[in-house]
Amino acid sequence: MFDVDAEVIANRSLSNDYNVLTLGAPPIAAASEPGQFVMVKPNAGFDPLLRRPFSVFEVLRDNNGAPAAVTLLSKRIGPSTALLYDARPGQRIACLGPLGRPFTVVEPPLDAWMIAGGVGLAPFATLAEALRARRVTTTLFYGARSGAELFYLDFFRSLHVELVLTTEDGSIGERGRVVAPLARALESRTASAPIMLYACGPEGMLSATAQVATKYQRSCQVSVERIMGCGLGGCYSCVVPMRGDDGRMHHVRSCLAGPVLPADQIVWD
Amino acid sequence: MDLSVRIGSLTLKNPLIAASGCFGYGVEYADLVDLSSLGAIAVKGLFLTEREGHPPPRIVETPAGMLNAIGLQGIGVHRFVDEKLPELRARRATVIVNVCGTTLDEYVEVSRILSDADGVAAIELNISCPNIKEGGIQFGCSLTGTFEVVSAVRKVTRLPIIPKLTPNVTDVASFARAAEDAGADAVSLVNTFLAMVIDVETRRPKISNIVGGLSGPAIRPIAVRMVYECRQTVKIPIVGMGGIAGARDVLEFMIAGADAVQVGTANFVDPFVWSKLLDGIREYLERHRIEKITDLIGSIDTRMQDKEWISS
Repeated sequence: MFDVDAEVIANRSLSNDYNVLTLGAPPIAAASEPGQFVMVKPNAGFDPLLRRPFSVFEVLRDNNGAPAAVTLLSKRIGPSTALLYDARPGQRIACLGPLGRPFTVVEPPLDAWMIAGGVGLAPFATLAEALRARRVTTTLFYGARSGAELFYLDFFRSLHVELVLTTEDGSIGERGRVVAPLARALESRTASAPIMLYACGPEGMLSATAQVATKYQRSCQVSVERIMGCGLGGCYSCVVPMRGDDGRMHHVRSCLAGPVLPADQIVWD
Repeated sequence: MDLSVRIGSLTLKNPLIAASGCFGYGVEYADLVDLSSLGAIAVKGLFLTEREGHPPPRIVETPAGMLNAIGLQGIGVHRFVDEKLPELRARRATVIVNVCGTTLDEYVEVSRILSDADGVAAIELNISCPNIKEGGIQFGCSLTGTFEVVSAVRKVTRLPIIPKLTPNVTDVASFARAAEDAGADAVSLVNTFLAMVIDVETRRPKISNIVGGLSGPAIRPIAVRMVYECRQTVKIPIVGMGGIAGARDVLEFMIAGADAVQVGTANFVDPFVWSKLLDGIREYLERHRIEKITDLIGSIDTRMQDKEWISS
Protein backbone atom coordinates (compact mmCIF):
# COMPACT_ATOMS: atom_id res chain seq x y z
CA MET A 1 0.00 0.00 0.00
CA PHE A 2 1.48 3.28 -1.14
CA ASP A 3 0.58 6.92 -0.69
CA VAL A 4 1.52 8.71 -3.91
CA ASP A 5 1.18 12.40 -4.72
CA ALA A 6 0.41 11.41 -8.28
CA GLU A 7 0.85 13.62 -11.30
CA VAL A 8 -2.02 13.71 -13.78
CA ILE A 9 -0.37 12.46 -16.97
CA ALA A 10 -3.45 12.54 -19.14
CA ASN A 11 -7.18 13.05 -18.81
CA ARG A 12 -9.30 11.80 -21.68
CA SER A 13 -12.97 12.66 -21.86
CA LEU A 14 -15.05 9.73 -23.13
CA SER A 15 -18.40 11.55 -22.99
CA ASN A 16 -20.06 14.40 -21.15
CA ASP A 17 -19.86 12.35 -17.94
CA TYR A 18 -17.14 9.75 -18.32
CA ASN A 19 -13.39 10.28 -18.34
CA VAL A 20 -10.24 8.21 -18.07
CA LEU A 21 -7.65 9.78 -15.82
CA THR A 22 -4.02 8.65 -16.01
CA LEU A 23 -2.09 9.03 -12.76
CA GLY A 24 1.66 8.60 -12.52
CA ALA A 25 2.02 6.19 -9.60
CA PRO A 26 4.64 3.50 -10.33
CA PRO A 27 4.51 1.66 -6.98
CA ILE A 28 0.71 1.46 -7.07
CA ALA A 29 0.77 0.35 -10.71
CA ALA A 30 3.32 -2.35 -9.90
CA ALA A 31 1.41 -3.73 -6.92
CA SER A 32 -2.17 -3.58 -8.27
CA GLU A 33 -4.09 -6.78 -8.81
CA PRO A 34 -7.36 -7.00 -10.77
CA GLY A 35 -10.27 -5.76 -8.65
CA GLN A 36 -8.25 -3.66 -6.23
CA PHE A 37 -8.96 0.01 -5.67
CA VAL A 38 -7.32 3.30 -4.79
CA MET A 39 -8.52 6.18 -2.60
CA VAL A 40 -8.03 9.50 -4.36
CA LYS A 41 -8.41 13.13 -3.34
CA PRO A 42 -8.49 15.50 -6.28
CA ASN A 43 -8.18 18.69 -4.22
CA ALA A 44 -6.23 20.12 -1.35
CA GLY A 45 -8.35 21.53 1.45
CA PHE A 46 -11.65 20.63 3.00
CA ASP A 47 -14.34 20.73 0.31
CA PRO A 48 -14.72 18.02 -0.74
CA LEU A 49 -13.10 16.62 2.38
CA LEU A 50 -12.79 12.86 2.02
CA ARG A 51 -11.05 10.68 -0.54
CA ARG A 52 -13.11 8.65 -2.99
CA PRO A 53 -12.65 4.98 -3.91
CA PHE A 54 -11.96 4.00 -7.54
CA SER A 55 -11.19 0.66 -9.11
CA VAL A 56 -7.82 0.55 -10.82
CA PHE A 57 -8.98 0.60 -14.46
CA GLU A 58 -5.70 0.03 -16.34
CA VAL A 59 -2.07 -0.46 -15.40
CA LEU A 60 0.12 1.37 -17.93
CA ARG A 61 3.77 0.56 -18.55
CA ASP A 62 6.66 2.73 -19.64
CA ASN A 63 8.89 2.04 -22.66
CA ASN A 64 10.90 -0.48 -20.69
CA GLY A 65 7.79 -2.37 -19.69
CA ALA A 66 7.85 -1.22 -16.08
CA PRO A 67 4.50 -0.35 -14.46
CA ALA A 68 4.33 3.44 -14.45
CA ALA A 69 0.76 4.63 -14.14
CA VAL A 70 -2.78 3.63 -13.28
CA THR A 71 -5.88 4.90 -14.99
CA LEU A 72 -9.27 5.49 -13.38
CA LEU A 73 -12.59 5.23 -15.20
CA SER A 74 -14.73 7.93 -13.61
CA LYS A 75 -18.32 9.02 -14.06
CA ARG A 76 -19.20 12.55 -13.04
CA ILE A 77 -21.85 12.30 -10.31
CA GLY A 78 -20.73 14.82 -7.66
CA PRO A 79 -18.13 17.39 -6.64
CA SER A 80 -15.16 15.00 -6.45
CA THR A 81 -15.86 13.29 -9.77
CA ALA A 82 -16.43 16.73 -11.33
CA LEU A 83 -12.92 17.71 -10.19
CA LEU A 84 -11.56 14.48 -11.68
CA TYR A 85 -13.40 15.16 -14.93
CA ASP A 86 -11.82 18.62 -15.14
CA ALA A 87 -8.34 17.61 -13.93
CA ARG A 88 -5.46 18.97 -16.03
CA PRO A 89 -2.19 17.24 -16.89
CA GLY A 90 0.53 18.29 -14.47
CA GLN A 91 -1.90 18.63 -11.59
CA ARG A 92 -1.29 16.48 -8.47
CA ILE A 93 -3.86 14.09 -7.04
CA ALA A 94 -3.34 12.17 -3.80
CA CYS A 95 -3.63 8.46 -4.52
CA LEU A 96 -3.53 5.73 -1.87
CA GLY A 97 -3.41 2.08 -2.82
CA PRO A 98 -3.71 -0.56 -4.00
CA LEU A 99 -6.36 -1.50 -1.46
CA GLY A 100 -8.80 -4.32 -0.86
CA ARG A 101 -9.13 -7.93 -1.88
CA PRO A 102 -8.74 -8.60 -5.62
CA PHE A 103 -10.64 -10.98 -7.87
CA THR A 104 -9.66 -14.62 -7.77
CA VAL A 105 -8.46 -15.15 -11.35
CA VAL A 106 -9.51 -18.53 -12.69
CA GLU A 107 -7.55 -20.89 -14.96
CA PRO A 108 -8.73 -23.15 -17.78
CA PRO A 109 -10.78 -25.29 -18.04
CA LEU A 110 -12.98 -22.63 -16.42
CA ASP A 111 -14.39 -19.95 -18.67
CA ALA A 112 -14.78 -16.40 -17.32
CA TRP A 113 -17.91 -14.35 -17.81
CA MET A 114 -17.62 -10.73 -16.79
CA ILE A 115 -20.84 -8.75 -16.28
CA ALA A 116 -20.48 -4.95 -16.29
CA GLY A 117 -23.02 -2.17 -15.93
CA GLY A 118 -22.03 1.43 -16.75
CA VAL A 119 -18.99 2.61 -14.83
CA GLY A 120 -18.88 -0.93 -13.39
CA LEU A 121 -16.68 -1.73 -16.39
CA ALA A 122 -13.74 -0.35 -14.39
CA PRO A 123 -12.30 -3.50 -12.74
CA PHE A 124 -12.60 -5.63 -15.89
CA ALA A 125 -9.81 -4.24 -18.04
CA THR A 126 -7.07 -5.57 -15.77
CA LEU A 127 -9.05 -8.74 -15.09
CA ALA A 128 -9.40 -9.37 -18.84
CA GLU A 129 -5.62 -9.02 -19.23
CA ALA A 130 -4.98 -11.46 -16.40
CA LEU A 131 -7.47 -13.94 -17.86
CA ARG A 132 -5.92 -13.57 -21.31
CA ALA A 133 -2.47 -14.29 -19.86
CA ARG A 134 -3.89 -17.55 -18.51
CA ARG A 135 -5.61 -18.38 -21.84
CA VAL A 136 -9.03 -18.33 -20.21
CA THR A 137 -11.94 -18.08 -22.67
CA THR A 138 -13.61 -14.85 -21.61
CA THR A 139 -16.93 -13.16 -22.36
CA LEU A 140 -17.95 -9.63 -21.36
CA PHE A 141 -21.65 -8.92 -20.86
CA TYR A 142 -21.69 -5.14 -20.89
CA GLY A 143 -24.72 -2.89 -20.48
CA ALA A 144 -25.07 0.89 -20.58
CA ARG A 145 -27.76 3.51 -21.07
CA SER A 146 -26.82 4.03 -24.73
CA GLY A 147 -24.23 2.99 -27.28
CA ALA A 148 -22.34 6.24 -26.69
CA GLU A 149 -21.63 5.01 -23.16
CA LEU A 150 -20.15 1.66 -24.16
CA PHE A 151 -16.39 2.22 -23.91
CA TYR A 152 -13.18 0.35 -24.65
CA LEU A 153 -14.86 -2.24 -26.87
CA ASP A 154 -11.78 -2.50 -29.11
CA PHE A 155 -9.57 -2.95 -26.06
CA PHE A 156 -11.56 -6.00 -24.98
CA ARG A 157 -11.74 -7.33 -28.56
CA SER A 158 -7.94 -7.09 -28.77
CA LEU A 159 -7.79 -9.43 -25.77
CA HIS A 160 -10.06 -11.90 -27.59
CA VAL A 161 -12.92 -11.19 -25.21
CA GLU A 162 -16.30 -12.03 -26.69
CA LEU A 163 -18.68 -9.09 -26.26
CA VAL A 164 -22.39 -9.29 -25.46
CA LEU A 165 -23.71 -5.73 -25.44
CA THR A 166 -26.98 -4.25 -24.22
CA THR A 167 -28.23 -0.68 -24.10
CA GLU A 168 -31.34 0.70 -22.45
CA ASP A 169 -32.20 2.66 -25.61
CA GLY A 170 -31.31 -0.15 -27.99
CA SER A 171 -28.79 1.98 -29.91
CA ILE A 172 -26.18 -0.79 -29.80
CA GLY A 173 -26.74 -4.47 -29.02
CA GLU A 174 -29.83 -5.83 -27.36
CA ARG A 175 -32.31 -3.36 -25.88
CA GLY A 176 -32.70 -3.73 -22.12
CA ARG A 177 -30.62 -4.82 -19.18
CA VAL A 178 -27.48 -6.90 -19.31
CA VAL A 179 -28.76 -9.63 -17.00
CA ALA A 180 -31.28 -10.79 -19.67
CA PRO A 181 -28.69 -12.17 -22.14
CA LEU A 182 -26.64 -13.44 -19.19
CA ALA A 183 -29.61 -15.50 -17.95
CA ARG A 184 -30.21 -16.92 -21.44
CA ALA A 185 -26.55 -17.83 -21.82
CA LEU A 186 -26.56 -19.57 -18.45
CA GLU A 187 -29.74 -21.44 -19.46
CA SER A 188 -28.18 -22.75 -22.66
CA ARG A 189 -24.83 -23.66 -21.10
CA THR A 190 -24.41 -27.31 -20.15
CA ALA A 191 -24.03 -27.79 -16.43
CA SER A 192 -20.78 -29.71 -16.83
CA ALA A 193 -18.97 -26.78 -18.51
CA PRO A 194 -17.47 -24.75 -15.65
CA ILE A 195 -17.69 -20.95 -15.53
CA MET A 196 -16.73 -18.23 -13.07
CA LEU A 197 -18.93 -15.13 -13.08
CA TYR A 198 -17.50 -11.72 -12.25
CA ALA A 199 -19.89 -8.77 -11.83
CA CYS A 200 -19.59 -5.04 -11.20
CA GLY A 201 -22.21 -2.37 -11.64
CA PRO A 202 -25.34 -0.86 -10.11
CA GLU A 203 -26.78 -2.59 -7.04
CA GLY A 204 -29.90 -3.83 -8.90
CA MET A 205 -27.76 -5.39 -11.61
CA LEU A 206 -25.55 -7.08 -9.00
CA SER A 207 -28.44 -8.56 -7.05
CA ALA A 208 -30.10 -9.77 -10.28
CA THR A 209 -26.80 -11.32 -11.35
CA ALA A 210 -26.44 -12.99 -7.95
CA GLN A 211 -29.96 -14.36 -8.34
CA VAL A 212 -29.33 -15.98 -11.73
CA ALA A 213 -25.95 -17.24 -10.54
CA THR A 214 -27.69 -19.00 -7.66
CA LYS A 215 -30.41 -20.34 -9.96
CA TYR A 216 -27.86 -21.92 -12.31
CA GLN A 217 -25.49 -22.86 -9.47
CA ARG A 218 -22.54 -20.83 -10.72
CA SER A 219 -19.93 -19.13 -8.55
CA CYS A 220 -20.03 -15.37 -8.78
CA GLN A 221 -17.57 -12.78 -7.51
CA VAL A 222 -19.05 -9.29 -7.29
CA SER A 223 -17.13 -6.05 -6.88
CA VAL A 224 -19.33 -3.83 -4.72
CA GLU A 225 -19.26 -0.05 -4.60
CA ARG A 226 -19.98 1.55 -1.24
CA ILE A 227 -19.62 5.01 0.26
CA MET A 228 -16.23 4.82 1.93
CA GLY A 229 -14.73 7.13 4.51
CA CYS A 230 -11.19 5.85 4.64
CA GLY A 231 -10.70 2.65 2.61
CA LEU A 232 -8.55 1.20 5.40
CA GLY A 233 -10.99 -0.33 7.87
CA GLY A 234 -11.01 2.61 10.26
CA CYS A 235 -14.47 4.08 9.86
CA TYR A 236 -16.94 1.22 9.32
CA SER A 237 -18.85 3.21 6.68
CA CYS A 238 -18.64 0.81 3.76
CA VAL A 239 -20.25 -2.27 5.29
CA VAL A 240 -22.14 -4.91 3.34
CA PRO A 241 -24.64 -7.23 5.04
CA MET A 242 -23.34 -10.79 4.65
CA ARG A 243 -24.37 -14.16 5.97
CA GLY A 244 -21.67 -15.56 8.21
CA ASP A 245 -20.73 -19.17 8.88
CA ASP A 246 -22.95 -18.92 11.95
CA GLY A 247 -25.94 -18.28 9.66
CA ARG A 248 -26.41 -14.78 11.05
CA MET A 249 -26.13 -11.47 9.20
CA HIS A 250 -22.95 -9.49 9.81
CA HIS A 251 -21.94 -6.06 8.55
CA VAL A 252 -18.65 -6.67 6.76
CA ARG A 253 -16.30 -3.85 5.78
CA SER A 254 -16.08 -3.91 1.99
CA CYS A 255 -12.74 -2.06 2.05
CA LEU A 256 -11.00 -4.93 3.85
CA ALA A 257 -13.07 -8.03 3.07
CA GLY A 258 -13.91 -6.67 -0.42
CA PRO A 259 -14.48 -4.90 -2.69
CA VAL A 260 -14.66 -8.33 -4.33
CA LEU A 261 -17.10 -10.49 -2.39
CA PRO A 262 -18.81 -13.85 -2.99
CA ALA A 263 -22.29 -13.02 -4.33
CA ASP A 264 -24.01 -15.89 -2.55
CA GLN A 265 -23.01 -14.65 0.91
CA ILE A 266 -24.30 -11.11 0.45
CA VAL A 267 -27.74 -10.40 1.90
CA TRP A 268 -29.35 -8.58 -1.01
CA ASP A 269 -32.25 -6.20 -0.32
CA MET B 1 12.13 19.37 23.41
CA ASP B 2 9.58 17.54 25.56
CA LEU B 3 6.29 16.60 23.89
CA SER B 4 5.06 14.39 26.72
CA VAL B 5 1.81 15.17 28.49
CA ARG B 6 -0.01 13.66 31.46
CA ILE B 7 -3.58 12.44 31.71
CA GLY B 8 -3.99 11.66 35.37
CA SER B 9 -1.51 8.89 36.20
CA LEU B 10 -0.92 8.20 32.51
CA THR B 11 2.01 9.78 30.67
CA LEU B 12 1.73 10.07 26.89
CA LYS B 13 4.88 10.56 24.82
CA ASN B 14 3.06 13.20 22.82
CA PRO B 15 -0.41 14.75 22.90
CA LEU B 16 -1.77 13.00 19.79
CA ILE B 17 -4.44 10.36 20.33
CA ALA B 18 -6.30 8.55 17.55
CA ALA B 19 -9.98 9.25 18.15
CA SER B 20 -12.37 6.44 18.92
CA GLY B 21 -14.46 5.33 15.97
CA CYS B 22 -11.93 6.71 13.51
CA PHE B 23 -9.09 4.22 13.88
CA GLY B 24 -10.82 0.85 14.04
CA TYR B 25 -9.18 -1.25 16.73
CA GLY B 26 -5.78 0.19 15.82
CA VAL B 27 -4.58 -3.07 14.29
CA GLU B 28 -6.03 -2.01 10.92
CA TYR B 29 -3.37 0.72 10.82
CA ALA B 30 -0.49 -1.28 12.28
CA ASP B 31 1.28 -1.72 8.93
CA LEU B 32 0.90 1.96 7.98
CA VAL B 33 1.66 3.78 11.19
CA ASP B 34 4.05 2.97 14.03
CA LEU B 35 1.34 2.64 16.67
CA SER B 36 3.87 3.29 19.43
CA SER B 37 4.66 6.69 17.90
CA LEU B 38 1.22 8.01 18.85
CA GLY B 39 0.50 9.39 22.29
CA ALA B 40 -2.28 6.82 22.47
CA ILE B 41 -4.99 5.22 20.41
CA ALA B 42 -8.62 5.25 21.49
CA VAL B 43 -10.13 2.13 19.99
CA LYS B 44 -13.64 1.76 18.68
CA GLY B 45 -16.37 1.72 21.31
CA LEU B 46 -17.06 -1.61 22.98
CA PHE B 47 -20.15 -3.03 24.62
CA LEU B 48 -20.23 -6.36 26.45
CA THR B 49 -21.38 -8.14 23.30
CA GLU B 50 -21.09 -7.78 19.54
CA ARG B 51 -23.23 -5.23 17.72
CA GLU B 52 -23.88 -4.92 14.00
CA GLY B 53 -24.65 -1.18 14.00
CA HIS B 54 -26.90 0.67 11.59
CA PRO B 55 -27.58 -0.34 7.99
CA PRO B 56 -25.73 1.65 5.32
CA PRO B 57 -25.54 4.37 4.13
CA ARG B 58 -23.75 5.41 7.28
CA ILE B 59 -21.87 8.55 6.26
CA VAL B 60 -22.34 11.56 4.05
CA GLU B 61 -20.03 14.45 3.36
CA THR B 62 -20.91 17.99 4.37
CA PRO B 63 -19.07 21.26 3.75
CA ALA B 64 -15.66 20.73 5.40
CA GLY B 65 -17.07 17.87 7.40
CA MET B 66 -18.91 14.60 7.47
CA LEU B 67 -21.98 13.17 9.10
CA ASN B 68 -21.90 9.65 10.47
CA ALA B 69 -24.27 7.21 12.07
CA ILE B 70 -22.34 3.95 12.28
CA GLY B 71 -24.35 2.82 15.28
CA LEU B 72 -21.40 1.56 17.33
CA GLN B 73 -20.82 -1.63 15.37
CA GLY B 74 -18.30 -3.55 17.39
CA ILE B 75 -16.93 -6.93 18.37
CA GLY B 76 -17.63 -6.66 22.09
CA VAL B 77 -15.16 -6.47 24.94
CA HIS B 78 -14.36 -10.20 25.17
CA ARG B 79 -13.33 -10.58 21.55
CA PHE B 80 -11.38 -7.33 21.79
CA VAL B 81 -9.37 -8.60 24.74
CA ASP B 82 -8.76 -11.97 23.04
CA GLU B 83 -8.22 -10.95 19.42
CA LYS B 84 -6.98 -7.36 19.30
CA LEU B 85 -5.26 -6.50 22.54
CA PRO B 86 -2.36 -8.98 22.12
CA GLU B 87 -1.30 -7.37 18.83
CA LEU B 88 -1.70 -3.86 20.27
CA ARG B 89 0.51 -4.91 23.18
CA ALA B 90 3.08 -6.38 20.80
CA ARG B 91 3.09 -3.11 18.85
CA ARG B 92 3.63 -1.21 22.11
CA ALA B 93 0.59 0.96 21.57
CA THR B 94 -0.80 2.98 24.46
CA VAL B 95 -4.41 1.80 24.38
CA ILE B 96 -7.40 3.79 25.59
CA VAL B 97 -10.57 1.74 25.34
CA ASN B 98 -13.81 3.51 24.58
CA VAL B 99 -16.44 1.87 26.80
CA CYS B 100 -20.13 1.86 25.90
CA GLY B 101 -23.16 0.69 27.79
CA THR B 102 -26.90 0.46 27.50
CA THR B 103 -27.14 0.32 31.28
CA LEU B 104 -25.06 1.44 34.24
CA ASP B 105 -24.24 -2.22 34.92
CA GLU B 106 -22.88 -2.72 31.42
CA TYR B 107 -20.47 0.23 31.77
CA VAL B 108 -19.30 -1.23 35.06
CA GLU B 109 -18.92 -4.77 33.72
CA VAL B 110 -17.04 -3.75 30.55
CA SER B 111 -14.75 -1.51 32.61
CA ARG B 112 -14.10 -4.29 35.13
CA ILE B 113 -13.14 -6.73 32.36
CA LEU B 114 -10.77 -4.19 30.82
CA SER B 115 -9.18 -3.45 34.19
CA ASP B 116 -8.25 -7.12 34.47
CA ALA B 117 -6.82 -7.22 30.95
CA ASP B 118 -3.16 -6.67 30.22
CA GLY B 119 -2.41 -3.67 28.03
CA VAL B 120 -5.21 -1.18 28.68
CA ALA B 121 -3.89 2.24 29.67
CA ALA B 122 -7.15 4.09 30.29
CA ILE B 123 -10.91 3.94 29.89
CA GLU B 124 -12.81 6.50 27.88
CA LEU B 125 -16.46 6.38 28.90
CA ASN B 126 -18.68 6.87 25.88
CA ILE B 127 -21.65 8.71 27.29
CA SER B 128 -22.05 10.85 24.22
CA CYS B 129 -22.70 8.82 21.05
CA PRO B 130 -25.54 10.66 19.33
CA ASN B 131 -26.51 7.75 17.10
CA ILE B 132 -28.02 5.09 19.31
CA LYS B 133 -31.16 5.50 21.34
CA GLU B 134 -30.74 2.91 24.04
CA GLY B 135 -27.47 3.78 25.67
CA GLY B 136 -24.82 6.23 26.49
CA ILE B 137 -26.26 9.52 25.51
CA GLN B 138 -29.02 9.48 28.16
CA PHE B 139 -26.22 9.39 30.73
CA GLY B 140 -24.24 12.04 28.92
CA CYS B 141 -27.18 14.44 28.64
CA SER B 142 -27.98 14.36 32.35
CA LEU B 143 -25.73 15.76 35.07
CA THR B 144 -26.81 13.09 37.55
CA GLY B 145 -26.45 10.39 34.87
CA THR B 146 -22.90 11.53 34.14
CA PHE B 147 -22.09 11.59 37.85
CA GLU B 148 -23.57 8.13 38.40
CA VAL B 149 -21.74 6.41 35.52
CA VAL B 150 -18.39 7.86 36.48
CA SER B 151 -18.91 7.07 40.19
CA ALA B 152 -19.95 3.50 39.45
CA VAL B 153 -16.99 2.81 37.14
CA ARG B 154 -14.65 4.54 39.61
CA LYS B 155 -15.49 1.83 42.14
CA VAL B 156 -14.28 -1.01 39.89
CA THR B 157 -11.14 0.34 38.24
CA ARG B 158 -7.87 2.04 39.06
CA LEU B 159 -7.33 2.86 35.39
CA PRO B 160 -7.66 6.52 34.45
CA ILE B 161 -11.30 7.25 33.59
CA ILE B 162 -11.98 9.75 30.82
CA PRO B 163 -15.68 10.43 30.21
CA LYS B 164 -16.22 11.60 26.62
CA LEU B 165 -18.66 14.49 26.66
CA THR B 166 -21.31 15.44 24.15
CA PRO B 167 -21.51 18.97 22.80
CA ASN B 168 -25.27 18.57 22.39
CA VAL B 169 -26.05 20.22 25.73
CA THR B 170 -26.48 23.82 26.80
CA ASP B 171 -23.45 23.97 29.07
CA VAL B 172 -20.71 21.40 28.49
CA ALA B 173 -18.63 22.75 31.36
CA SER B 174 -21.24 21.72 33.93
CA PHE B 175 -20.92 18.13 32.64
CA ALA B 176 -17.15 18.32 32.93
CA ARG B 177 -17.64 19.41 36.55
CA ALA B 178 -20.07 16.56 37.25
CA ALA B 179 -17.48 14.14 35.88
CA GLU B 180 -14.72 15.72 37.98
CA ASP B 181 -16.86 15.59 41.12
CA ALA B 182 -17.51 11.88 40.49
CA GLY B 183 -13.81 11.08 40.34
CA ALA B 184 -12.97 11.23 36.64
CA ASP B 185 -9.26 11.59 35.90
CA ALA B 186 -9.90 13.67 32.80
CA VAL B 187 -12.64 14.52 30.32
CA SER B 188 -12.54 14.28 26.55
CA LEU B 189 -14.59 16.55 24.32
CA VAL B 190 -16.26 16.96 21.98
CA ASN B 191 -18.12 14.02 20.52
CA THR B 192 -19.97 14.84 17.30
CA PHE B 193 -22.72 17.39 16.84
CA LEU B 194 -26.16 15.97 16.12
CA ALA B 195 -26.99 16.96 12.56
CA MET B 196 -28.78 15.89 9.40
CA VAL B 197 -28.54 16.07 5.62
CA ILE B 198 -31.48 15.67 3.23
CA ASP B 199 -31.42 14.87 -0.48
CA VAL B 200 -33.80 17.49 -1.84
CA GLU B 201 -34.45 15.56 -5.07
CA THR B 202 -35.71 12.46 -3.28
CA ARG B 203 -36.58 14.23 0.03
CA ARG B 204 -34.90 11.38 1.81
CA PRO B 205 -32.26 11.65 4.54
CA LYS B 206 -28.79 10.84 3.23
CA ILE B 207 -28.00 8.35 6.00
CA SER B 208 -30.13 5.45 7.15
CA ASN B 209 -30.37 6.63 10.75
CA ILE B 210 -31.89 9.97 9.51
CA VAL B 211 -29.68 11.94 11.93
CA GLY B 212 -26.01 11.52 12.71
CA GLY B 213 -22.96 13.12 14.23
CA LEU B 214 -21.10 15.94 12.47
CA SER B 215 -17.30 15.96 12.60
CA GLY B 216 -14.45 17.51 10.67
CA PRO B 217 -12.96 21.00 10.30
CA ALA B 218 -16.45 22.53 10.18
CA ILE B 219 -16.94 21.97 13.93
CA ARG B 220 -13.48 22.97 15.15
CA PRO B 221 -14.17 26.52 16.36
CA ILE B 222 -17.15 25.34 18.42
CA ALA B 223 -15.09 22.53 19.92
CA VAL B 224 -12.25 24.92 20.80
CA ARG B 225 -14.74 27.20 22.55
CA MET B 226 -16.10 24.27 24.56
CA VAL B 227 -12.61 23.15 25.61
CA TYR B 228 -11.88 26.72 26.68
CA GLU B 229 -15.06 26.83 28.77
CA CYS B 230 -14.25 23.53 30.45
CA ARG B 231 -10.71 24.71 31.20
CA GLN B 232 -12.21 27.63 33.14
CA THR B 233 -14.37 25.22 35.11
CA VAL B 234 -12.44 22.04 35.99
CA LYS B 235 -8.94 21.22 37.17
CA ILE B 236 -8.67 17.70 35.70
CA PRO B 237 -6.93 17.26 32.32
CA ILE B 238 -8.92 17.82 29.15
CA VAL B 239 -8.55 15.84 25.94
CA GLY B 240 -9.73 18.17 23.19
CA MET B 241 -11.00 17.18 19.78
CA GLY B 242 -13.11 18.30 16.88
CA GLY B 243 -11.91 18.89 13.35
CA ILE B 244 -8.17 18.84 13.94
CA ALA B 245 -6.47 18.61 10.54
CA GLY B 246 -3.12 20.33 11.03
CA ALA B 247 -0.51 21.10 13.67
CA ARG B 248 -1.91 24.58 14.22
CA ASP B 249 -5.24 23.02 15.16
CA VAL B 250 -3.54 20.85 17.80
CA LEU B 251 -1.81 23.94 19.19
CA GLU B 252 -5.07 25.89 19.19
CA PHE B 253 -6.81 23.25 21.31
CA MET B 254 -3.88 23.11 23.73
CA ILE B 255 -3.69 26.87 24.09
CA ALA B 256 -7.43 26.85 24.80
CA GLY B 257 -6.77 24.39 27.61
CA ALA B 258 -6.45 20.86 26.26
CA ASP B 259 -3.75 18.63 27.79
CA ALA B 260 -3.94 16.27 24.83
CA VAL B 261 -5.97 16.01 21.65
CA GLN B 262 -7.70 13.40 19.55
CA VAL B 263 -7.67 13.30 15.77
CA GLY B 264 -10.40 11.48 13.90
CA THR B 265 -11.76 12.59 10.56
CA ALA B 266 -8.35 13.85 9.36
CA ASN B 267 -7.03 10.31 9.70
CA PHE B 268 -9.60 9.18 7.11
CA VAL B 269 -8.29 11.73 4.64
CA ASP B 270 -4.63 11.07 5.41
CA PRO B 271 -3.60 8.02 7.44
CA PHE B 272 -0.09 9.47 7.58
CA VAL B 273 -1.30 12.69 9.24
CA TRP B 274 0.39 11.83 12.54
CA SER B 275 4.00 12.46 11.57
CA LYS B 276 2.97 15.66 9.80
CA LEU B 277 1.25 16.89 12.96
CA LEU B 278 4.30 16.08 15.07
CA ASP B 279 6.64 17.83 12.63
CA GLY B 280 4.44 20.92 12.68
CA ILE B 281 4.25 20.94 16.48
CA ARG B 282 8.05 20.64 16.78
CA GLU B 283 8.58 23.44 14.29
CA TYR B 284 6.25 25.70 16.28
CA LEU B 285 7.84 24.92 19.63
CA GLU B 286 11.28 25.56 18.20
CA ARG B 287 10.24 28.85 16.64
CA HIS B 288 8.65 29.99 19.91
CA ARG B 289 11.54 28.61 22.00
CA ILE B 290 9.22 26.46 24.08
CA GLU B 291 10.96 23.53 25.77
CA LYS B 292 7.96 21.65 27.12
CA ILE B 293 4.69 21.38 25.27
CA THR B 294 2.87 21.39 28.60
CA ASP B 295 3.79 25.07 28.89
CA LEU B 296 1.28 25.73 26.13
CA ILE B 297 -1.70 24.19 27.91
CA GLY B 298 -4.27 26.84 28.72
CA SER B 299 -1.83 29.59 27.80
CA ILE B 300 -4.38 31.65 25.94
CA ASP B 301 -3.81 35.36 26.47
CA THR B 302 -7.06 37.28 26.59
CA ARG B 303 -5.69 40.51 28.11
CA MET B 304 -5.45 42.58 24.94
CA GLN B 305 -9.00 41.85 24.04
CA ASP B 306 -10.10 42.99 27.49
CA LYS B 307 -8.38 46.34 27.06
CA GLU B 308 -9.77 46.87 23.61
CA TRP B 309 -13.26 46.14 24.80
CA ILE B 310 -12.85 48.60 27.66
CA SER B 311 -11.49 51.39 25.48
CA SER B 312 -14.00 51.01 22.67
